[in-house]
Formats: sequence, structure tokens, C-alpha cells
Amino acid sequence: MTLKNPVISADHLTVSVPEGPHYFFQPTYKLDILIDVSIAVRPGEIVSIVGESGSGKTTFGRALIGLMRPSGGQISLDGVALPDFSKGSFRKVRREAALLFQDPASSFNPRQRIGAMIAEPRRIAGQGGMRRNDLQDLAATAGLGSSLLSRFPHALSGGQARRAAVARALSVVPRLIIADEPTAGLDVSVQGGVLNLFLDIRDRHDTAFLLITHNLAVARHVSDRIVIMYLGRVLESGPTAEIFRAPRHPYTRALLDSEPVPDPKRRRAEPPVIGEVPSLMNRPSGCEFHQRCRIARDRCRIEAPAETPFADGHTVRCHFPLDTPAGVCAMAAG
Amino acid sequence: MALAAPDITTRAASAEPGRIFRITSTLRQVVSTPLGTIGCALVALIVLTALFAPWIAPYSPTAISVKERLADPSWSHLLGTDQLGRDLFSRVILGTRTAMTVALVSLAVALAAALPLGLIAGYGPRWLDAGLILVFDSLSSLPMIMFALATVVLLGAGLSTVILVIVIYSVPSYARLIRTQTLSIKARDFIKAEQAMNAGLGRILFVHLLPNVIGPLLILACLDLSTIITLEAGLSFLGLGVKPQIPSWGNILSDGFAVIRTTPLPVIAGGLPLILATIGFTFFGEALRDALDPKLARESRP
Amino acid sequence: MNLEFGFNRVTGAALAEPVLDIGDLTISYGGGTPAVQGVHLTVRPGEVVGVIGESGSGKTSLAHAVLRLLPQSAVITGQHLSLCGTDLLGAPDKTVASLRGPGAAMIFQNPMTAFSPLHTLGHQLTDLLWRDRTASKEEKRERILAVLKQVGLPDPAARLETYPFQLSGGMLQRVAIAAALLMRPSLLIADEPTTALDVTMEAQILHLMRELRAESGVAILMISHHLGVIAEICDRVAVMYAGRIVEEGTVEAIFADPRHPYTKALFACELSLIETGISRMPVIDHEALRRIAPVMRGAQ
Repeated sequence: MTLKNPVISADHLTVSVPEGPHYFFQPTYKLDILIDVSIAVRPGEIVSIVGESGSGKTTFGRALIGLMRPSGGQISLDGVALPDFSKGSFRKVRREAALLFQDPASSFNPRQRIGAMIAEPRRIAGQGGMRRNDLQDLAATAGLGSSLLSRFPHALSGGQARRAAVARALSVVPRLIIADEPTAGLDVSVQGGVLNLFLDIRDRHDTAFLLITHNLAVARHVSDRIVIMYLGRVLESGPTAEIFRAPRHPYTRALLDSEPVPDPKRRRAEPPVIGEVPSLMNRPSGCEFHQRCRIARDRCRIEAPAETPFADGHTVRCHFPLDTPAGVCAMAAG
Repeated sequence: MALAAPDITTRAASAEPGRIFRITSTLRQVVSTPLGTIGCALVALIVLTALFAPWIAPYSPTAISVKERLADPSWSHLLGTDQLGRDLFSRVILGTRTAMTVALVSLAVALAAALPLGLIAGYGPRWLDAGLILVFDSLSSLPMIMFALATVVLLGAGLSTVILVIVIYSVPSYARLIRTQTLSIKARDFIKAEQAMNAGLGRILFVHLLPNVIGPLLILACLDLSTIITLEAGLSFLGLGVKPQIPSWGNILSDGFAVIRTTPLPVIAGGLPLILATIGFTFFGEALRDALDPKLARESRP
Repeated sequence: MNLEFGFNRVTGAALAEPVLDIGDLTISYGGGTPAVQGVHLTVRPGEVVGVIGESGSGKTSLAHAVLRLLPQSAVITGQHLSLCGTDLLGAPDKTVASLRGPGAAMIFQNPMTAFSPLHTLGHQLTDLLWRDRTASKEEKRERILAVLKQVGLPDPAARLETYPFQLSGGMLQRVAIAAALLMRPSLLIADEPTTALDVTMEAQILHLMRELRAESGVAILMISHHLGVIAEICDRVAVMYAGRIVEEGTVEAIFADPRHPYTKALFACELSLIETGISRMPVIDHEALRRIAPVMRGAQ
């Protein structure tokens, strides 16, 4: 398979925000939300970013299109690096990428009808409004009945609002769709429909997708690659099948094991990982995960691990990756 | 098994009519409470009187008739006359027009000035916000009467001076309300969505922010109408408002005050419409606020 | 009645008097289609019963009806709704209030909104013990510390002085469970208690609830939309669809062999049960479901 140029790629992207009281314009300290994140999405590829709250996955999606201003690193569009993180640079990105918000209903102006909101991107792009027929076709593509076009956002159900958001994104066929928790709050029976819509769009337009989710089952079924994030850092990334077959990072393993299995015969005797995600204000030293890691050793507490590459673009940020000699030793010792 | 067909959501969301200006249904809700009905009736009475004042008033409000000074109420003079023999009823009727003119014009000017200022303060850069807030705070810290006195000394008393004083006095509070509304709506997802779609500043401000901030503003303005009417009357009473010969409730009160030992009628004639107008606009404004506030909507299914 | 149901697998006691016995319950709001229709459900001491369903299935209405937490517009009718042997249908509010806490306690989906933001957790937990006039302040504090320790809250004494916003969602949910346990209820009603939490925290909370059941023998009514959660913790499960219980049985039986078309569809849509490599995800066609299956009870 020849690799196409990534639609978008982030290299060593960092986002930090000033925190704490600032006197005379000098903030006391900075809060690092994203550290050194490198993710690329190619045309027709679905990449999932998986992580718990505070992992920075939402921030990454927003930083890509400039809703959060990156403080370091580089963003490239079609292999061409943005010269800077100015508004003008991000305008270019925003022309190619659409963001689907976690709460789709809130991403519509409450005082405008759905039909008007769906035509909004075209109006912004200066292509004028849409004719009623085109609008209905577009809505139908997204699985939205044309009777809903005259509704206001609050009168839509969760699934309908999500489809409306997709329809809006499709009105100027984007090359990248960033979907923030696209199935959160949806019933299982509706969730499949939304995911199928994504797959259809991908097949038809070769659109790239960046799915930001905490749902491993969804990531496993629809994405080509998975990125596991924790406290703003990528701990592991690689092809979906590889990650699920042989997770290398203890955190990935713990995440996979934490998902409750719909089988009463496979109940877990113990929770796979204890404790909670630390606050960004108290970023642990060394490896961020060491406090909750079963195989952590002294080295993990002091030294932040570098990225170790494996086959097929599978990388992991751990001193003792699972299923490696180092990891097996650590496991035996732990 | 019937799978793989597009899902059909079971709960059909009710098709509600538009939320923007549901004028008839809002009015129906306003009238549905007793206070709202009273408010509505009084507001309608005042507005109609102001509109048709010259046709309702039997005499010219400035026609002096020394023979009939301080006449008692009679069929020819419903409320009697004042110390210059002017028909009090006609003065009260035309005073309504003065009150409404001052109130509506100053309100319109104040809103027109406050809207852009508030939007800029709320959406613009932080330093501009800080600067505008400083100006608003300084303006609202001016003592009202002192400020009015100074303005009258500089520009002379008159209708436009009254309007100017009221505008300058009310712009800061409106602008601050718009600023807070803008700040909270700016942080909402749909504005972020607009930014993510590359929407221009003008589009975000006027198509998306404005319709969402204007509702509470109109309610505040409606409640403020009564304050403005009282203010005009107060300024006129103190001689800082409209010229004495022009019929205004404040002037009637002021004239009546001089003869209160002889007859209380002029004071009552000037005071009563003022009280009715205040009550009317306050009740109407409060009912409107309740009708437009979704949080006060009747309890429904969880 | 099948003996298997009445058997308490923790204590081994057979057919104890049910903690919660709901008979033919119907809940409707303002004349519309009932949200809950003719539901029968029993929970025995020490038993964990799950109610699974999608949004609008009536599962939350059912849970809230037990402690009369529904909005005023709700009309509740039926044969009986007995909590700890007291029939609450048509009972005066005072009776219901006296059973809130000692009879059944609730845990909600969002722990952030379950506490008042203005008072410390210690203050709010102490308030829950207002009924107990004999215990001194110190005794109450001891009891609170004991339950906080029981739910695995690190450093409980220090937590008493904190405000809700200072804790994470997972920790607050632990405090919410502690608050429920503080009143020594016979039944814990948990309305989607882990939906707002991260998976690693969800696993810990489910584990905690299972431990609590084993230790104190509290019965649990678990409301969830998640098959995995139900499988993890429940003994029995009732599947709700369009206001009715369409299938009911032990988790083992239902997860091994779902009978009702809706239950089958629910399992078919569960992505974690499907092998990878499918090109499209399954969805439920509710229209077709309603055509082929008016409402039928499960095989159990």
C-alpha cells in the first residue's frame, strides 16, 4: 500500500495555558495540557484518539483547527507546514476540516432552524445559501428526515442532532472530520447508525476521520489506527488490530481490561487499575502513569520514557513495554 | 431479525414553533396572569393616549384663560384648571405624549449606543473590555442630579437635554448587561462551531450573538421604561427638564405643588398617571420576563 | 415462581421476604402514553437486580417511582409497590419520607450535582444523620468516617473538610455511595452510577458495589443502559422496552440465550460482542421490532 500524504499531521504539538494569579502580565506557571503529541491522519483513514478525562484528547482536536492555540510544535496540511499559529494559518485548516462537537445540540445556534444551520458553512464560504432540494438531499445523506429541517435544535433527539451536525459538516465536503465523542450519550441502537454514516462518508469522499472517544469498542470497530493518550501525552499508538492483540503499554492493557465485558462468566475479581487520573496541576514526575502502574519501578518515577518504535508504526512510551524482555522482567519482579 | 435498516428514533420530538419572537403566544402568556393583564391594559391605555393625544384633548394644553384660574372639575373641564387657567385634563393627556416620547427616544438611543459597546466589550480583546468597563463605571458613578444640573447649565433645559441625560445615565447598565450576555454566549459551543467553520467577525456578532443577547435586554428595557418616565417627571419637577409651558407630568406636579394649599387636584392629576404608568410598565415587564424565561416554564416530563 | 429467583446467592437464604416488590405498576405523565406500563419486579435481600433499557424505556421513571421522586405530573397506579413490607402506593408522603434512607437510598448518575456546592462534605454527611437524635456529634463523625473508609476513600478525615468541587467525579461517587450507606438502607437504587465516569473508575466503582453487597448484604437495584455493567454486577436482569419489561431472568440465562427480539437486538448491537472486520455496524429497526413483537414476556 502506498502511503498518501497525510491530510493533516501534528508534530510534537504542545498546548499550555497560563494558570494561577498573574501580576504584571506574568503568569505564575503554565499548565501543560498537551505535551509533544504527534499524530497524522491520511485520506480515507480513521484514527481514534482514546483516553480518559484529562487526557487532552479534546484539546488536541481543538488545537488542530486553532480553537486552542498551540504553544509549540508544528501542524502540517497536506504535507505543508503552517508557517505559524496565526488566525490566517488556521483559516486554511478550517477550510479543509470540520469539527463535530461532543454535544451536537449545543453546537447549533438555538435561535436558528436546523435547515439554516446546515447551509451555514456554504454561506460562510461565500457560496450562497442552498436550494431547498439540495438541502433535503444533504439531510437525506446524513439520514435526517426533511421535516426536521424546519425544527429548532432543542427539538431534536440526541441521534438527530448528531446527524444534523454531520449534515452541516458535509455541506462543504471536508477532507477531515474531527468527531469529538461521536457516540457519547447515544443509545446502542442509534450509535451504530451514526458510525455507519461516518463509514459511508469515508467510502464516498475518501474523507479522513479523527475520532476522539473513550469508547474502546467503537474505536476497535471503525478505526484503522488508535492513539492512547494520558495526561496530555501519547502513551501508545499503532494499528487497531495490533493494539488490541498485543498492547505494549501497561496503561493500554489496563484500559482494555477495565471495559466491562457483557458476559457474566467473565467477571473480574479485581479492578484492573486502581486510583484515578492525576490532576494536570500535579503532573507526576517521570512516566505520568507510574503511580497507577503495576510494573512501575524506580526508573519510571524519575525518567520520562522515550518513544520506542515497534513494527507497523506501532510506538509505545514505556521503559518496560509488555511482551518484550524488559517488560517480562518487570512483570516478574512486580 | 430486523437489523441494519436505518434507525428510527422512538421519541418523536414535538415540533415546537420558533423560539425567536413568538409574539402571539408570548402575549397570551403575559395576559394569562392577573398582574400581566393589568400591566398590558395600562400599557395599551398609555400608548393609545400618547398616540391620539391631540384628538383626545378638548383644549390646547397651553391656552391660558385667566378667568378660569383653578376652576373646579366640571363637564367643560374634566379635571379643572391650573393657576394659569389651562385645562388640566388636556395637559395630562398631552403629558402622556411627552412622557412616552422622552422614554422611547432615550431608550432607543441608549440601546443603539449600548449594543455595539457591549458586544465589543464582551467579544473584543481584553484591554478594550477593561477600558470600556472603566468608562461605564465612571459614567454610572456620576451623581444623577448633579450631572443633570451641570448638563442643563451647559446646554439649557429642554426635551433634548432630558433625553441626553437619561441616555448617558442608562447606557452603562445596558452595555454591561450585553457584555455579560456576550461573554457567556461566546463560550458556548455554537459560537466555537462558527469559528471552526471560519465564520467572519460580523457574522458571529450580528447573526449569532446579537439575537441571543437581545431578549434579556428588551425585558430590562421594558422594566426600565417606568424608571425613565419617573426620571423625566422628576427632572421636570425640579425645573431641569422640559420647558414649563410644555405639558408634562413633572411640570403639572411642579405647578400643582405651588397651589397645593388651595387645591390638591393638580398634584393628583399629575401624580396619578405617573403612578399608573410605573405600575403598568413594571407589571408588563415582569410578566414578559416570566413568559420568556424557559426556566419558569411549567414542569414537564423528566 | 421459579425457586432459582428467590434464592439469595450471597447468604444462601432461600425465599426471604422481598425488599422491593412492585406489582403491575403503571406511570403516566399528563395523559400521554404511559412511561411505565404494568411492570412487575421484585428485589430480595442481598440481591442485585439490573434494569436495562435505552433512553425513554421508562427505567429511570421506574427507579424514581420507588421513593416518589417523580414530578408532580406523574400518575402512578398499580397493585402494589412495597418497600420493606410497606405498601407505598397511595401511602401518605410521611410514610414515603420515613423510608427514604432506612428503606432505600439512591445514587445518581452525576455525583457532581448530587451535593450542594456550598457546604463541606462532612457537613452534608452529618446532615443526613439528623434523624438520629441520640448519637453525639463524635459518634456521628465516627460512623461517617467508617463508611467513607468502607467505600475506599483515601484519607477520609481530611475529606470531611473539603467541598464537592475539590474531588473528582469518581471520588464524589464514592462519597455518594457512602452517603447512601450511612442511612443503612435495605435497598440501594443506583441510577446509571458509572455512566459519567471514566472506564478505569467505573471498574473500581462496580467492584466496590459488589464488595458492599457481599459485606453488608444490601440489595441493589441497578439501572443501566450498558450490558457490560449489568453482566459485571447483577444476579438478575429485567429488560425494559417502551415502558414494559419484555424479558426477565438470571443474567446467566439471559446473556446466554436472549429470547425477546428486542433483547436479541440489544445484544446484536453490542459492539464489544462482535468480531472485528464487519463493514457496517448493526442498528435496531424499532419500527420492524414493533411490528413483529407487540409485547411478549421472556421465556423465563
